[in-house]
Amino acid sequence: MKTALSVKHLIGIKDLSAPDIELIFSTADNFKSVINRPIKKVPSLRDVTIANIFFENSTRTRISFELAERRLSADVLNFSASSSSVKKGETLIDTVNNILAMKVDMVVMRHSSTGACKFLTDNIDAVVVNAGDGTHEHPTQALLDAFSIREKHGKVKGMKVAIIGDILHSRVALSNIFCLQTLGAEVMVCGPPTLIPKYISSLGVKVEYNLMKALEWCDVANMLRIQLERQDIKYFPSTREYTMQYGLTKQRLDSLKKKITVMHPGPINRGVEITSDVADSAQSIILDQVENGVAVRMAVLYLLAAKQPEE
Amino acid sequence: MKRKVLLSSKQLELTLDRLCHQLIENHDNFKDTVIIGLQPRGVYLARRLHKKLNSLLKNTKIPYGEVDTTFYRDDFRSKGHPIAPQSMNMDFVTIENKNVVLVDDVLHTGRTIRAGLDALLDFGRPKKVELLVLIDRRFSRHLPIQPDYVGKKIDTIVSQNVKAEWKEADGSDGVWLIMND
Repeated sequence: MKTALSVKHLIGIKDLSAPDIELIFSTADNFKSVINRPIKKVPSLRDVTIANIFFENSTRTRISFELAERRLSADVLNFSASSSSVKKGETLIDTVNNILAMKVDMVVMRHSSTGACKFLTDNIDAVVVNAGDGTHEHPTQALLDAFSIREKHGKVKGMKVAIIGDILHSRVALSNIFCLQTLGAEVMVCGPPTLIPKYISSLGVKVEYNLMKALEWCDVANMLRIQLERQDIKYFPSTREYTMQYGLTKQRLDSLKKKITVMHPGPINRGVEITSDVADSAQSIILDQVENGVAVRMAVLYLLAAKQPEE
Repeated sequence: MKRKVLLSSKQLELTLDRLCHQLIENHDNFKDTVIIGLQPRGVYLARRLHKKLNSLLKNTKIPYGEVDTTFYRDDFRSKGHPIAPQSMNMDFVTIENKNVVLVDDVLHTGRTIRAGLDALLDFGRPKKVELLVLIDRRFSRHLPIQPDYVGKKIDTIVSQNVKAEWKEADGSDGVWLIMND
């Protein structure tokens, strides 16, 4: 059986093979049983120091990573750009090298620039885990999404998954496409034409502009948030109109012949892409996704920490 | 690579019988005792003993669990590759205030047992922990850990390996000394 990942860093799902993802999942299964015990902690990474460097706001991902690190007994250092010397004009490499000079072994980084994590791995020694870079990838989110589908349905292979919403600005969408396709699922993207990248069908995904058609096709609907903060121009007339066309409501969900699973990577804009009664319904696994996030991140950190950087 | 029999399948059966009777001698009706096997290889021995004890002591159901030591090991970063974790199976109620018999197949450096104790203590505070091993490789300990019940004591050198094989995992029963030359 495979016991090591084929990569040294986790920059994107694109670098992972199906056995890599299976290994992360089987390890995450074990960690899920750990975090459901009375004592939710193991001493595996007690000699490892991890810096969480967030150049962009995040609550869920940062807390999830921090919890995963603490449950592995790692020492955790939190750093957010808003309260740092980055504001004084320090470069990314200088900032990170200064942190590494204090003997940090791993870096978990979120950055608004696409490729920032790749850039870091070329220039520093520590193990890098991407917690989201620009509109590129958000690998741990995709892993926990697929892990949650596997948990709910027993498998990922052959599942029909629709990713609905702002595909253009979404790193979650891209990572999800790579992850689900590697595991043998069928993927469809759905959203307003302005928010679907022009060449996305070259990735082998189906493209649909009609929400009801996408919902009727899929087993799992992954609803994405409209990322207003990334939109410098108007991509649709108003959020109200977006909701009318692409919002998932209880009425739409109930009109389907089968019961589909509803996912959302958070943060939810209730009443925009998904209504409250759907988000809180029995078909929604949104909170399971959050729980699984900790187990999956523990697995990723555990597997990457075992590799010595100099090897 | 030469192999030498340490315990044949018949001898192994006798040894298991003896270990069961020793356990009964000390734990009577197993009212406050739980048996816990160490993953990955100790669980085969533990399952056998548990089955035997249950058939020897009719009308008692001895709590049984399995503990994985992977996340508690001290060598996981020095090997250069991660060790694959095994499942934990601690579904019975509690080890709080119980007598625990920790079961592993081969006792060598004692490091696995150290990790096993740490893993065990994350499930509660047992009254007492005893160690049962099938094979005790004497004079090779790195830590001050000694077994309470021993199937067979042997003297080995570092380059040799001891492997307990089980019908359910390897096709046949027996304990082997493996000489790597």
